[in-house]
Amino acid sequence: MSREAYQPPVSAPAPTRDAFGSGLASDGPAINYLCGDCNSKVPLKRGDPIRCKECGHRVLYKERTKRMVQFEAR
Amino acid sequence: MAPIQPSQEELDRINAETVTNVTSTDFPGHWPGEDNSWSLPSFRKTFKINIHHNDPLESSFSLVGIDAAVANAFRRIMIAEIPSVAIEAVFVHNNTSVIQDEVLCQRLGLVPFKGGKEGIQQFLKWHPRKKDDGMNTVVEEEEEENTKFDYNTIILSLKIACTRNREAEKGERDPLKAYHNAHVYARDIQFKPFGRQEQYFSGEDAIRPTNPDILVAKLRPGQCIDVDMHAFKGVGSDHAKFSPVATASYRLLPTITIVKPILGKDAEKFARCFPQGVIGLEKVDKKEAQRKGSGYEGHEGEIKAVVVDPMKDTVSRECLRHEEFEGKVKLGRVRDHFIFSVESVGQWESDALFLESVKVLKTKCEALKQNLQTMNR
Repeated sequence: MSREAYQPPVSAPAPTRDAFGSGLASDGPAINYLCGDCNSKVPLKRGDPIRCKECGHRVLYKERTKRMVQFEAR
Repeated sequence: MAPIQPSQEELDRINAETVTNVTSTDFPGHWPGEDNSWSLPSFRKTFKINIHHNDPLESSFSLVGIDAAVANAFRRIMIAEIPSVAIEAVFVHNNTSVIQDEVLCQRLGLVPFKGGKEGIQQFLKWHPRKKDDGMNTVVEEEEEENTKFDYNTIILSLKIACTRNREAEKGERDPLKAYHNAHVYARDIQFKPFGRQEQYFSGEDAIRPTNPDILVAKLRPGQCIDVDMHAFKGVGSDHAKFSPVATASYRLLPTITIVKPILGKDAEKFARCFPQGVIGLEKVDKKEAQRKGSGYEGHEGEIKAVVVDPMKDTVSRECLRHEEFEGKVKLGRVRDHFIFSVESVGQWESDALFLESVKVLKTKCEALKQNLQTMNR
């Protein structure tokens, strides 16, 4: 069998909502989101309801990356 | 070679709806018995430069007795091949304004800068360009070794945040009064000199935007922009932001020939067909009225139209639309009289731009000469 052939995963990883794969920690670190309505910071953990704690708005945005982004000015 | 004398046939080449005789005919072997070959002594004798006005940001001058190809070369060099400094790389640390990173960076790139002439023209050198090698970009290796960039990179930064103005009246609707830094202008861009740049760009010579009131972005409380920028030297053929001119253009000197007299009310109407100052109104004097065949016989004291300043004409051809002037006027252009108009964006003096374009053309010719010599070997 060639190396390129498809190999099914041995154990299917449990579906996780943590995009950073910080692992199987039950709670995980709180990640800050921004409320789409009142712009307040909303720390969320795994399994938390997606809802702003201040105003109850259900649309949350990810924070902008803290990394520098380079562009060509053209 | 005689000076280039456009024939009458060439002069009246602008008709009501068409323009004819557009190609030049003053080259060797075109007219039997005429030697139109180029020679330095005759060029020296016939070539003239008239300066009409010369301001730092706008100049206008005429080149008389030069070939269209050379005049056009100067124009193209001024637009695309004279180096100037513009923002090329933008490092966005934070941008929470409504304007997207890419759009903001592009706008920053288009902001024209000025600074010490000596520093920009002599001290600053080319930045090693990333070579686009087909698929993948290869960075020139010299860049890795060299850690000094003060001679080819200008560092600028823009760090601004919008906050509420506590002192503003309650219910203030004007964002400029209600908030601090609601508008981000080009003057908010800060120059960060390093290395030897202090010597060349300090005080009056500091790198700063030519037009401090360019609106870059708008902010609302809580939003901020934090970017660092690197400005390099570049040429207009690479990107229009590097072009040192707003426009560099030329036009040929118009000619207006009044063939048959235009008198009285017609003369006034004729003058109105042109921009102000092109056509003047004069009284027919005694001598003219007495001369037979002049067309002015018996019209002494009447008003006639005379051409005063064809330079101001825009060649709108309005006069050719009216029946009463049919066959009385001929419009044309002087083939070798180029009226240049150079508008600088501020980094160069507008007259220095033309001199620089001559320099660039010269170096090109020298390079060509050398290449021809190696080819012959």
